Amino acid sequence: MPDDNILEMRGISKEFPGVRALDDVTFSVRRGEIHALVGENGAGKSTLMKVLSGVYPAGEYSGNILIDGREIRFKSIKDSERASVAIIYQELALVKQLSIVENIYLGNEIASRGVINWDESVKKAQDYLEHVGLKVSPVSPVSYLGVGEQQLVAIAKALSKEAKILVLDEPTAALSGGEAEKLLNILKKLKSEGVTCIYISHRLKEVFDIADRITILRDGKTIATRDKAELDENKLIALMVGRELTNVYPRKPHTPDGVLLEVKNWTVYDPDINKTIADVNFKLYKGEILGMAGLVGAGRTEFAMSLFHFWGRHVSGELFLEGKEISPRDAGEAIAAGMSLASEDRKRYGLVLAEDIKTNISLASLHAIAKNTVVNENEEVKSAEKYSKELHIKAPSVEQQTEALSGGNQQKVVLAKWLMTKPKVLILDEPTRGIDVGAKVEIYNIINELVDHGVGVIVISSEMNEILGICDRVLVMHEGRFTGELKIAEATQEKIMYHATGGK
Amino acid sequence: MLQHFRKYTMLIALVAIWLIFTVLTEGVFVSPRNLSNLFVQTVAVAIITIGMTLIIVTRNIDLSVGSVAAFVGAIAAFLQVKTGWPTPLAMTAAMAAGLLVGVWHGFWVAYRMVPSFIVTLASMMIFRGAVLGITGGATIAPLSDAFRSIGQSYVPPHLSVIIGVFAAAWYLFAHYYKRMLRAQYGFKVTPLLIDIAKTALMILVAAGFLAIMVHNRGIPYAVLLMVILAVVFNFIARQTVFGRQLYAIGGNPDAASLSGVNIKKQIMMLFAVFGGITAMSGLVLASRLNAATTSAGQGMELDVIAAAVIGGTSLMGGEGTIFGSVVGALIMASLDNGMSLMDTNITYQYIIKGMILLLAVWVDIATRQKQG
Repeated sequence: MPDDNILEMRGISKEFPGVRALDDVTFSVRRGEIHALVGENGAGKSTLMKVLSGVYPAGEYSGNILIDGREIRFKSIKDSERASVAIIYQELALVKQLSIVENIYLGNEIASRGVINWDESVKKAQDYLEHVGLKVSPVSPVSYLGVGEQQLVAIAKALSKEAKILVLDEPTAALSGGEAEKLLNILKKLKSEGVTCIYISHRLKEVFDIADRITILRDGKTIATRDKAELDENKLIALMVGRELTNVYPRKPHTPDGVLLEVKNWTVYDPDINKTIADVNFKLYKGEILGMAGLVGAGRTEFAMSLFHFWGRHVSGELFLEGKEISPRDAGEAIAAGMSLASEDRKRYGLVLAEDIKTNISLASLHAIAKNTVVNENEEVKSAEKYSKELHIKAPSVEQQTEALSGGNQQKVVLAKWLMTKPKVLILDEPTRGIDVGAKVEIYNIINELVDHGVGVIVISSEMNEILGICDRVLVMHEGRFTGELKIAEATQEKIMYHATGGK
Repeated sequence: MLQHFRKYTMLIALVAIWLIFTVLTEGVFVSPRNLSNLFVQTVAVAIITIGMTLIIVTRNIDLSVGSVAAFVGAIAAFLQVKTGWPTPLAMTAAMAAGLLVGVWHGFWVAYRMVPSFIVTLASMMIFRGAVLGITGGATIAPLSDAFRSIGQSYVPPHLSVIIGVFAAAWYLFAHYYKRMLRAQYGFKVTPLLIDIAKTALMILVAAGFLAIMVHNRGIPYAVLLMVILAVVFNFIARQTVFGRQLYAIGGNPDAASLSGVNIKKQIMMLFAVFGGITAMSGLVLASRLNAATTSAGQGMELDVIAAAVIGGTSLMGGEGTIFGSVVGALIMASLDNGMSLMDTNITYQYIIKGMILLLAVWVDIATRQKQG
């Protein structure tokens, strides 16, 4: 008997300027199965689902999509919903101020002549909520619910649209163990009722618990589709990471010497997003590049931000810089003490886009180039030009607005800003995200040079190659805890992935 | 090219408005007497606009300026007229009151996270009430000669000329000094000839302005105050750590904060300073009216915000210049002045001012899009 495929995606390719995000991807899902889609960060899972859901409308990708054997061409999300595809995203698309029932029927109201029939809506919503095992009143506001319960509301909403294919993108990322288990049970129940489910997750244990088949993507290509029985965790990890190391990494031998920064019992909790950094302890040596590996959402960014009191409501722990305890209360004090953090999100936390290069570079060091609080503009231009030259920032002058620069050059401006503060500890969060290879190598060279001058550099990166290519030592984080420490000589992609998916 | 055009759009608009009124009033508009009046009329709004620019740059707003200006004027008038305090003392006390109001606003906005729109909307009511309380609902008048002189007197012509010469000398020196420093740093400097032509043009324009003033009765004290404030705040905005950080806060608060900018402290400071500026404007206003009235400064916040926006200040934050805002205030005052000279019905005055505000912002947005 031929496969009864509810969904077939054939030869899907999608390009962004400079990147081929999907390259001839083939992906088919059988009716009534739970099909897991796994891969590293940036493997193309989310992009593929956006193609499926019409976020990227027909014409913006190449290839064919067949649902129930019929070719479809979605022009918008509305179209895909009509074809019974429902996607539940990592960041939930619920309006927190509205009630559950209002959310479930938002954009899909039960109404006649524009007047909503609330009694009918509430009654039906009640049914869907029971279906997903949620025992709350449909009229209570979504903001009263925990993240796990909101997840279930999102599923109820999808069911209300009579979704036949349910796509869940990292649904358990923000859930506690108990909540996650509950969610998985609901999915199994829905499966028994004939709902087909595409399940994207970094948690391999869940994947093995719930999936019937698994498709692995890597670098925008389909690597394999296998029955669960054919795989175990190690085999799966090997398929996910098994790529050749490209040699763009200018590794230099460093000679770390003396403890520069020590973090003791660092614990952070933020009730708003139910995320915890628990009991982090580590040392950073002078002249060392320390990598922090892990999957997206592991808590590395939040940890770095919390050192600057930029994230987390309850922060505790001790911080020693060159043997002396420091307790910065905000970013200004941390910078003054000698720590700098270049954020992963350069548009949000890095640049003032409306301002020019020199103004951005000097922003964190204004006091250093000011006398009696009057900024020495000549000194500013001189410094900006010096760093511009050292970092090969490509722009007609330092008076160029940063908005007009390419991603790589913007990243270099951010880097220049932090170099100008003359940090002892420099934390780089995804320093090469979204920039081309040439600029990457230049940034690695700059990092190497800093390390030669005794700076301790922490590189947070989700790119395994980068971690293995430039770091001297690797810490791996999983759900707010360090689950492994590896010397670079013993580190492999498989070992890192093992720790990053929760193995200790 | 377009960028340069944008920078001077409003200046060009101002000149156009003056030309139109000159034609329509058969020259009365550009008579020295009227121009001198026009500048004096601009002062109260222009002074506050100078400060409001920085407030808006940081993504805040202050709706209470009219009430606070009236409040400050009422305190000064009350102390001077009713309790017989000497004028300088009464003014100092009034200035202190303005500063305190600013600190109050800063506290709520920066440290209690209440949106400035709400904080100052509350103050708009609170201080209008306070004005009624202080004045007992009646006008307090007349003020002493010394008090009146800030808004109504002129620097004697010969002294005006001396001030003008000194200002020109200082400008030349500062310009030359800056040029020298740039050369010392090894930067390219504009060719000497172009530089000379530019400075000469600036001095010529200023001299023309001075000549008009002197031809009338000299530089009005209030105008002198406005020019000094504009120069000082232009410097603060562009060249001090404080000013630079304000623009960064408005442009991208997250990035500014992670770069070590203490946002709370700077916003607090800005509102305190702005309280002082509002107080100065309040004193000029009372002095011009020669009285503290219950309705002084009503609707002023709208003129001020309109002037700042016409001058190119972005309500999204991070953008705006002191120079542009003064031009914006001049445009608003010119419309008032010109239409009054023509005896335009008040109905049309409002409508025309509203339309011009809309048009100005649209032109700004349209040219911006083309640029991007």
